[in-house]
Amino acid sequence: MSEQNATREPVLRATGLIKRFGGLTAVNDVSLDIYPGEVVALAGDNGAGKSTLIKMISGVYRPDGGHIYLEGREITMASPLEARGLGIETIYQDLALCENLDATVNIFLGREPTKRLLGIFKQVDRGHMLAESNKVLERLDIKIPNLRRPIRQMSGGQRQAVAIARAVYWNARLVIMDEPTAALGVPEQRKVHELVKTLKAQNVPVIIISHNMQDIFAVADRIIVMRRGQKVGDVRAAEVTDDDLVSMMVGAA
Amino acid sequence: MGVDSHQTHSRHAWLDTISRIWAWLFLLAMVIFFSLAGEGFFTAFNLQAILANMAILTIIAMGQTYVIISGGIDLSAGWVMGMAAVISATVMNRLPETTPMWMVVLSGLGVGLVAAWIAGLVNGILIARLNVPPFIATLGMFGIARGIGFLLSGGMPVPIYIKGLGFLGNGFLIYYHPSAGWSLLAPPAGLAQADLRNLTGYFPFVVIVMLALLLVAHLVLSRTKFGLHTYAIGGNKEAAMRAGIPVARRLVSIYMLSATFAAIAGLVYNVRFTNGAANAGEAMLLDTVAAVVIGGASLFGGAGTVIGTLIGALIISVLANGLVIMRVNPFWQFIAVGIVIIIAVLIDQARAQFAQE
Ligand SMILES: Nc1ncnc2c1ncn2[C@@H]1O[C@H](COP(=O)(O)OP(=O)(O)O)[C@@H](O)[C@H]1O
Ligand SMILES: [Mg+2]
Repeated sequence: MSEQNATREPVLRATGLIKRFGGLTAVNDVSLDIYPGEVVALAGDNGAGKSTLIKMISGVYRPDGGHIYLEGREITMASPLEARGLGIETIYQDLALCENLDATVNIFLGREPTKRLLGIFKQVDRGHMLAESNKVLERLDIKIPNLRRPIRQMSGGQRQAVAIARAVYWNARLVIMDEPTAALGVPEQRKVHELVKTLKAQNVPVIIISHNMQDIFAVADRIIVMRRGQKVGDVRAAEVTDDDLVSMMVGAA
Repeated sequence: MGVDSHQTHSRHAWLDTISRIWAWLFLLAMVIFFSLAGEGFFTAFNLQAILANMAILTIIAMGQTYVIISGGIDLSAGWVMGMAAVISATVMNRLPETTPMWMVVLSGLGVGLVAAWIAGLVNGILIARLNVPPFIATLGMFGIARGIGFLLSGGMPVPIYIKGLGFLGNGFLIYYHPSAGWSLLAPPAGLAQADLRNLTGYFPFVVIVMLALLLVAHLVLSRTKFGLHTYAIGGNKEAAMRAGIPVARRLVSIYMLSATFAAIAGLVYNVRFTNGAANAGEAMLLDTVAAVVIGGASLFGGAGTVIGTLIGALIISVLANGLVIMRVNPFWQFIAVGIVIIIAVLIDQARAQFAQE
């Protein structure tokens, strides 16, 4: 851990997290700190417990043990919605977008602004949604030609961008991404890497789960390695190689 | 982005355009055809008759539009309409003779609505809270409403003995008579029975009611949060839930809205035919679903508009009217509507398949 981080307050701190499914301990006593503007990759084999760990942080599962602190305050979350309310935005693998609706609606889904027409009729304020969407996309340096097209007609990278824009617009304090590049071609993967860097530049920390070594080395400052529910490594990305990581993941080292 | 994906996108956009405008073109072609080939089709009298005759279908189809966009279907709406019509008729008959007309109508509507809302609420709870597939839940309600309607009416239509009610259902906003001139709300005074043949009415009341409801249904669907959430639920229910939309509550409201339109349609039936029949909406199922799907709604959910449904209802009604005018056996109408539905569904499927690629 660098000197700099030692003096700063972590955005997220988890201590001793445990999650059991019946007799199986999917996550076993894992602690981690995430600092402002830091990109942390979560690596590990299938079944290592990465998704389960993330789901405790994003309010999907209640931990069987341990504590979670956001900006120094302990938090408990009964649902993903509560986590979002606290500023923990998760971008799921399947993106959770409505493909039949346009980008602006997706960014505002569930929190649509309204205005009154003739003083009585409360209607969705599409103009405001469009203006705000343009702003946030500009901030993220994302170019989407026609925001009024249904998401269905967009490329995978553009959809990923919309999902990220949604998280950022609502002032995420921490963004979690589960396998964000799994379904994308190489140029689109690069676009996602750029987006992660943009988030970082805006001081929003990102936890990114990935199998993909290219992803990890392209964006991560730090890598947390999991194996069979336990944290077996917490290293600076600059100080390890692919081979080091693989050894840690499979437990050969 | 490669050339391939660019081509896919433009082909997709092309298919989207086709699926949006074919119904308009089809309607236009039909109107032109019947105007040229059918004697008396393109007259104010006949065109107004088409609109008045489609009012009940269109009103139920508006509710069906919301339901289908949300990814469901309401098989029960036609029988809920019949049940409401029977209950409204029975209650209106029991009112004292001195009751003012607006009270009669409001009372009929009120009781019809309450009965329909119970049906809609049960549909909604079964679907939204107990995860019964819409097809099954509303099929059950189809049977229940049908049984209740027939039990309450003793299996026969309930005649309504209220003076002036039929006038409301079949009246016009404006009348014109070649010798007596124009008049508002009622035919010019002092016309002999024989003179009534030359009387023409403009703007049937039921058409005005239908258009008002269309406007409200359209604004709510296209402009409110409720409307937007209906699309979101139909597009991706899981995503809607994760976004914090109260999906279950919205679904219950959607099925209750469908029941609301059914009850209003029941009252329109009451005033138009001065009776309440349990099977008043029996033939409506095919036609309402047809109108919605022809209008561009997807049976997969997530797409559709009130204006589209209006076009769909117009196609069905113009077809029925035109065939009669051409003296074609009216049973051909079922076949024609059936074919148009299949075309609509094929277009929808082609679009959905494309979207997956
Ligand atoms: N909902 C669940 N019920 C039971 N077992 C689960 C559940 N979710 C995950 N597991 C198990 O917990 C372990 C960790 O899974 P997961 O967190 O998905 O790993 P990863 O995301 O690293 O592939 C696996 O053995 C998996 O089978
Ligand atoms: Mg996983």
